[in-house]
Amino acid sequence: MTRVRVQWPDKISAGDVVKVRMLIQHPMDTGYLQDFSGKLVPRNVIQSLTCTLGGQEVFRVVPSSGVSANPYFEFFVRATNTAEFKIEWTDDKGAKGQHLQIFNVTS
Amino acid sequence: MNADGWLRRKGLQSLLLSGLVWPGLGARVAYAQRMNSGRLQTFEDMVQPIVKGAPIFKKDVNLEAPILADNGSLVPVQIQVQSPMSAQDHVTHIYLLSQRNPVTQMALFQLGPWNGRAEVSTRVRLAGTQDVVALARLSNGEFRYSQMEIVVTESACVDAS
Repeated sequence: MTRVRVQWPDKISAGDVVKVRMLIQHPMDTGYLQDFSGKLVPRNVIQSLTCTLGGQEVFRVVPSSGVSANPYFEFFVRATNTAEFKIEWTDDKGAKGQHLQIFNVTS
Repeated sequence: MNADGWLRRKGLQSLLLSGLVWPGLGARVAYAQRMNSGRLQTFEDMVQPIVKGAPIFKKDVNLEAPILADNGSLVPVQIQVQSPMSAQDHVTHIYLLSQRNPVTQMALFQLGPWNGRAEVSTRVRLAGTQDVVALARLSNGEFRYSQMEIVVTESACVDAS
């Protein structure tokens, strides 16, 4: 099971530019490393990750095998109103992940 | 030759042999640990597939990372681009490029005026000591970049865990 942790400041007022930090639990296997029996672990990385805030895409990452296991991303977004923050991603195995959290704005 | 002399000679021989063999073994281990996979790409090789001849300047981008990274599997990197992030003038893409990794483009970030600030950070893998380039594409089609050398003591491409 993939777990996600997203964090932003507790108090956000409309118009603020806030920092969003997220940590996604994913092995991000590069395809170059071997397991203990000497077999190559097939590549399994997140192909694309998008963040939408109230239906609008605010951030998109296209990671590669060059991003560490359990990828961590940080970006900024301008807050306007309370909306639903959604993270979606797809990896090489075709597994899709989704995370929803309410982005609370106190005006 | 008496038995004592023969023994001493044998002892000296093995001492000499072990002296010759051990540095070789050490070098082999050191080589395996370094594992600078692949060749070092030139700046043009890294950047031109993305830039495709568009104007590019070394300014307005701030790349922050440790000068010496102990573990190549986890190197924190922060990229800041000086931009007003307005609808007319904003950063659309930020590329993180590696000089030595088997995959040159480590990550691509897509931003827009709704971000308010062109700043992202992540953690990357590095296959040995190399230059890392942060390349930002502006909304008018121009590019800005910043380059930094990161010394990696342990490459990301060697562990078997």
